[in-house]
Amino acid sequence: MDINDLRGLSTAFLLIAFIALVIWAYGRAQKKPFDDAANLPFADGDVAERTRNEVVNRD
Amino acid sequence: MTVVNTAANAESVTYNYKVVRQFAIMTVVWGIVGMGVGVWIAAQLAWPALNFDLPWTSFGRLRPLHTNAVIFAFGGSALFAASYYVVQRTCQARLISDTLAAFTFWGWQLVIVAAAITLPMGLTSSKEYAELEWPIDVLIAIVWVVYGIVFFGTIVKRRVEHIYVANWFFGAFIVTVAVLHIVNSAALPVSMTKSYSAYAGAVDAMVQWWYGHNAVGFFLTAGFLGMMYYFVPKQAERPVYSYRLSIVHFWALISIYIWAGPHHLHYTALPDWAQSLGMVMSLILLAPSWGGMINGIMTLSGAWDKLKDDPILRFLVVSLSFYGMSTFEGPMMAIKTVNALSHYTDWTIGHVHSGALGWVAMISIGSLYHLIPKLYGKEQMFSIPLINLHFWMSTIGTVLYIASMWVNGIMQGLMWRAYNQDGTLTYSFVESVVASHAGYVVRLLGGGIFFAGMLVMAYNVWMTTRRHIPEGDRTAEAIAAVQGGLS
Repeated sequence: MDINDLRGLSTAFLLIAFIALVIWAYGRAQKKPFDDAANLPFADGDVAERTRNEVVNRD
Repeated sequence: MTVVNTAANAESVTYNYKVVRQFAIMTVVWGIVGMGVGVWIAAQLAWPALNFDLPWTSFGRLRPLHTNAVIFAFGGSALFAASYYVVQRTCQARLISDTLAAFTFWGWQLVIVAAAITLPMGLTSSKEYAELEWPIDVLIAIVWVVYGIVFFGTIVKRRVEHIYVANWFFGAFIVTVAVLHIVNSAALPVSMTKSYSAYAGAVDAMVQWWYGHNAVGFFLTAGFLGMMYYFVPKQAERPVYSYRLSIVHFWALISIYIWAGPHHLHYTALPDWAQSLGMVMSLILLAPSWGGMINGIMTLSGAWDKLKDDPILRFLVVSLSFYGMSTFEGPMMAIKTVNALSHYTDWTIGHVHSGALGWVAMISIGSLYHLIPKLYGKEQMFSIPLINLHFWMSTIGTVLYIASMWVNGIMQGLMWRAYNQDGTLTYSFVESVVASHAGYVVRLLGGGIFFAGMLVMAYNVWMTTRRHIPEGDRTAEAIAAVQGGLS
């Protein structure tokens, strides 16, 4: 086994890793968690409002 | 952490807006300084007498001052502001330490001031985009490690389950920039103001452009994509088009960017196989880059009408268009035969600025217009018409800049490779310089318009941050300002 086998194997490994990533990300099981995560920018109303009041009162 | 503790926290937790405010304001200030120096050196290229025959104001010293100021002072402050804001809001947690956050602010400003003093003095390590001498490099490394502690510490104490995708991009940017900076800046100091690189020859060149291209890939791309993934959904009031695509293109982008550096060294002493590898990786990079662009633009799918009356959203969407354009142009220029024409010409400068002005600056400006009213407890910016004016100045300025550099670059490349029948060169180098003059004037005009837009922004920001302005006065002042700006 020489260095070129290692090179070939590492390329194959990266290809498999990428395909596995795509299958995982587009799998049914991730639908709900990803939807939850995608809504995080809209989920912190109470803390933002409290901070806003703090800012307004200080100014 | 117990349930009781979490509940007690939830009722009292607020965000640290102070450090975000500081960085946001300094983004505008350093934007004006950095772009102002850029306009000056653009004028020097059109009329060289503007270097005043002084060493401190010569092009060779001011050019690194310009690049450092716009990338690390303007872009860096924008990234600090956005990442500190986004990580808090999407983790629903305050920064892990106000003191450490303040340290990063003052430390970063100290780095910028040190750069602004040493570069005009001619103190430089001569590595592009890493010119600062070793004591400043050490300070950068310390500030950056503290930045990482504040950022990742805040993620660790998050009160939500998921780590929002914007934070993945910010995290990759922080970790990679630390590695790039420390490895590339490794040097042997011989005095306080002079050091020699730890690398030599072709290895030094390869380390430098591994750093240089990943400064583009992680500082100017991953970091600003983090900004995009929060502020575009926020301003469009809808979640990102495809969260799945964001995960796939994140991993693809960070795995591939790291290999693209050799395209800066085509037809040099770098081994040929390394050049070809860099070219192929640069071509592949188109896919994950466009993944981000498509995801951002498609977030507006079904809500395109918002673009009609929201100039902030227009800033964000047009920045994504420039991002898509320059990430198509980049891989194309990395093809060796194209590079044989474009390398060392103004085309490269045009390409950089379609990314720097069109993407980096415009996404930052759009994000700041969203962010600044929130930081000061206001409903919106002082004047929406002034944002619209700024939008058009930025767009027109960028288009003038890049179009003039395309014309200049292709013309220079063709003139330099033109041969006579007897094998001699058709044009001397200076003939190509003379032919470039008109393009340099147009570039100065475009850059000048973009710079003037930053002054409009500074006025708008100043008026927004002022306390208690009665509603009637605001409208009158805004109308007066627009009329003043247009006349």
